[in-house]
Amino acid sequence: MPFQPMLGGMVATQSDVEPTPFRDLDVTRSDSSLRRFLHGLPGVDQVGAEQRAAALGTRSIKTSAKAFALDLAISMVDLTTLEGQDTPGKVRTLAAKAMRPDPSDATCPATAAVCVYPDMVATAKEALGSSGVKVAAVATAFPSGRAAMDIKLADTRDAVEAGADEIDMVIDRGAFLAGRYLEIYEEIAQVREACRRENGESAHLKVILETGELQTYDNVRRASWLGMLAGGHFIKTSTGKVQPAATLPVTLIMLEAVRDFREATGTMIGVKPAGGIRTAKDAIKFLVTVNEVAGPDWLDPDWFRFGASTLLNDLLMQRMKMKTGRYSGPDYVTVD
Amino acid sequence: MTTSADPRATFDYAPAPESRAIVDIKPSYGLFINGEFVDGHGKAFKTVNPASEEVLAEIAEADDNDVDLAVKAARRAHRGWSRMPGAERAKYLYRIARIIAERSRELAVLESIDNGKPIRESRDVDVPIVSAHFFYYAGWADKLKYAGYGEQSLGVAAQVIPWNFPLLMLAWKIAPALACGNTVVLKPAETTPLTALLFAEICQQADLPPGVVNIVTGAGGTGQALVGHPDVDKVAFTGSTEVGKAIARTVAGTDKRVTLELGGKAANIVFDDAPLDQAVEGIVNGIFFNQGHVCCAGSRLLVQESVADDVLHRLKRRMATLRVGDPLDKNTDIGAINSAEQLARIRELSAVGDAEGAERWSPPCDLPSHGYWFPPTIFTGVNQAHRIAREEIFGPVLSVLTFRTPAEAVQKANNSPYGLSAGVWTDKGSRILQIANQLRAGVVWANTFNKFDPTSPFGGYKESGYGREGGRHGLEAYLK
Amino acid sequence: MTRADVRKTYKLYIGGAFPRSESGHSYVVEDAKGKFLANAALASRKDARDAVVAARGAFGGWSGRTAYNRGQVVYRIAELMEDRRPQFLEALSSSEGLTSRQATAALDAAVDRLVWYAGWADKLTQVVGNANPVAGPFFNLSTPEPTGVVAVLAPQQSSLLGLVSVVAPVIVTGNTCVVVSSFARPLPAVTFSEVLATSDVPGGVVNILTGDATTVGPWLASHMDVNAIDLVGLAGSPELAAELEVAAADNLKRVHRAPAAEPDWALEPELDAMTRYLETKTVWHPIGV
Repeated sequence: MPFQPMLGGMVATQSDVEPTPFRDLDVTRSDSSLRRFLHGLPGVDQVGAEQRAAALGTRSIKTSAKAFALDLAISMVDLTTLEGQDTPGKVRTLAAKAMRPDPSDATCPATAAVCVYPDMVATAKEALGSSGVKVAAVATAFPSGRAAMDIKLADTRDAVEAGADEIDMVIDRGAFLAGRYLEIYEEIAQVREACRRENGESAHLKVILETGELQTYDNVRRASWLGMLAGGHFIKTSTGKVQPAATLPVTLIMLEAVRDFREATGTMIGVKPAGGIRTAKDAIKFLVTVNEVAGPDWLDPDWFRFGASTLLNDLLMQRMKMKTGRYSGPDYVTVD
Repeated sequence: MTTSADPRATFDYAPAPESRAIVDIKPSYGLFINGEFVDGHGKAFKTVNPASEEVLAEIAEADDNDVDLAVKAARRAHRGWSRMPGAERAKYLYRIARIIAERSRELAVLESIDNGKPIRESRDVDVPIVSAHFFYYAGWADKLKYAGYGEQSLGVAAQVIPWNFPLLMLAWKIAPALACGNTVVLKPAETTPLTALLFAEICQQADLPPGVVNIVTGAGGTGQALVGHPDVDKVAFTGSTEVGKAIARTVAGTDKRVTLELGGKAANIVFDDAPLDQAVEGIVNGIFFNQGHVCCAGSRLLVQESVADDVLHRLKRRMATLRVGDPLDKNTDIGAINSAEQLARIRELSAVGDAEGAERWSPPCDLPSHGYWFPPTIFTGVNQAHRIAREEIFGPVLSVLTFRTPAEAVQKANNSPYGLSAGVWTDKGSRILQIANQLRAGVVWANTFNKFDPTSPFGGYKESGYGREGGRHGLEAYLK
Repeated sequence: MTRADVRKTYKLYIGGAFPRSESGHSYVVEDAKGKFLANAALASRKDARDAVVAARGAFGGWSGRTAYNRGQVVYRIAELMEDRRPQFLEALSSSEGLTSRQATAALDAAVDRLVWYAGWADKLTQVVGNANPVAGPFFNLSTPEPTGVVAVLAPQQSSLLGLVSVVAPVIVTGNTCVVVSSFARPLPAVTFSEVLATSDVPGGVVNILTGDATTVGPWLASHMDVNAIDLVGLAGSPELAAELEVAAADNLKRVHRAPAAEPDWALEPELDAMTRYLETKTVWHPIGV
């Protein structure tokens, strides 16, 4: 009897291993093929990435450029409340602020969206009416993502049915760190399906990576690609419930990812840093990074958002300073 | 390609100029000898702002007699300075370090005006390292017995420095010399004397004993007189390899000790498994930092053929975001070429690159109508035989070559009379160590480039010179 | 009837072999009293050239050895010298006119010197290298590396202890060398080359040219593939030494200048006998995850 190699405990016969040329092996076929692809992406040197971000942070944005950046930043804010103590009243106030951030100045742009829990979507939708300000809902057992799949999908469908324009989902970081990439891919794809409305349209899906739990920039890059491959419209840094949240270097890595993804596939994906961006100065650093890393195409609320709450008031105070030439104070912006 | 339908205005950065008001440039400057500013007896010359060609000041030229006076002053001062307890010398150096930090903005602005380098670099790189360098060597002054090079100073050091990092090179020369008990006569470059003369004021402000630091301005002739002066014990030079060789010949047969920090043509090696985005930053920093006026510039990119197209694509995209212009604008990445002469040299060698058949590329960029400017440039299709792969251009011009295997990368990298620095980019640790071992260069930056620190020795192999500046090793040149 | 001697013409030692001078020239070596001792090959500029090629060829392998191994190889030279004591003593007595006691002292010192240097091979890096605490997230290490091919104009007076004292520091640190022996006293150098040939020192690491440093030296000083030169063999000839230093500037060789007079080789060497042929390489690497 001829020698027969042992393959995984099975006896291989000649007919079992008949070679055929393989082409177009789908990278999303299995955990191992996803792993090969994601781990084949160029690595990220932490020190170099952080120094690049720090250098971008030294750009000096003054006068007309600053005025432009402040208005742009306001228009990119997903004005957010994600607290256990949220009430319909709170959400309505937030919606009013989103539509007219500066009641004294009609030229002040509205924010991009308000971002709430699914149970507040209907309230927010009603308050925002036809203003054009979108409603984003966090779903899929936000913020930990620790629930059964059917519950996550039900969570998503509830929000969509209540009128959410955008769904901010969380990935299962445990699965990611355990290397179960395919599971995350399938999860994102299913949530994306759950975003469909009966009329054939679909809520936009933002995929929250929770980069503070992924720890390394290599992981951030891989998770970004995973989110994009699975069909997310946006990749988003954080829930805001884990520190560190949206740092400039993490956002830099994600902007590199969407830039490279567009070059590879022709598909443009948005980026949303969320959590921890509190000052206009910080926001402008992010916009500089968008401009110089992903490119000016992303300088648009359709492609870049800030998930924030207190940021808006600082943007407004800086905006008043630009208009009036004097420093403003907290009493001159609305408190929510 | 999916793009936004909204024809939104682009994010144009408005001018963000650093104020010049902080510097007070005098109409004319003398020599700094024995603690005082005195007239020079050579033919005075002008220093200009290379970004505008505006004349900044008239500078005295030291003739042979002036140089002799400076050396004599340094000799007289050496007696007291070398016998002063190290702890006391240290305090003067700490004072200088502190004053530099306090006057850092003034020094940075003046450096950018006289040299043409972006304020971002003079503010964030040059001047902070200058202060740190004095701070570092101050601490050595009373600890020399632990350094392993003896404790006795050499005497009078003749120091000649270049125009690319005027104040930083001054610090690299003066700080260790003084810490070890030597006194110095320093000649700054003809085109960039202003920060050295402001440093002279700082010496006065620090009450440094007269004659410990003397600064003589002038061109090559002044430098020759200084280096050739029979009563100097030590010559330290940073500049071109050609002049370095001339100095080595001048001091032949004397007892003068010499250190030379000269030219380079560093290979920056990018392997296919490199962290590509950081590698691109490293390539950009390696060749466009300080307009490429850097002896350790990564002027030869050696990229593995399998990723060459990808790397070049990323590099060009990145280069398109570089901002060339007013050195005092806080957003400027690439400033002015230091002089008309240097600009001519860059143009000449670039023309040679064209003639040799290499392909030139620069991003679209509007250059100012006055001053000396050269756009960030890469040449592809370069091979080892091309002059632009062998000669130091000393400008923002990168030669791109490819390789196939690690052995070929090392062979090409080492195939140069120079050996100052090198870069290697790969995510594989063992490869880093092997390549770093095999590169014949005094500084190897692995997964980074153009990093400098007072504690880190710097200097070259082969025709890049001898001796090390920085760190404990930097003391060796000033002790016996 | 006394037996006629078989007179020997000593040859050069290049690349581990013993060629005659390509020029065909040899010269008469006399003892300290002016009596004929032997004929020695008179090295020419082309021999110097060949020796540099051999030294360059050996550099990669030798410098790539582990420090421990280089130490052992140098120690083995000392062992083999012990084996040839009578031959060395004979050569020393005749060449330098030493008494038997003096010759023994010189030989002992030479052997001991090799042992001393052998021990440095795996310690020098620890003594002269540094981990540098840079102000940033970088690993930064400075280590010594051999400069390359060193031309050594060996002392004219001290033909064995002096020779060993200038060759050992060069090779123990990983350099390779081309040595021009004492002109008038080449025999100990020749015997030394015979030791090297039977030792574990790879061919080309040490190349020994018998001949005149004043004629071969300038070719080595100007040779563009030589990285450093020791001019100690020109002690007392300041003009010629200065000329060679000028020539050495063509490729910025590291130059060890000639002293006014030959030093006392019996003194314990200083560290810089080795470090002058070393480069310091500083490697940076980011520290991150």
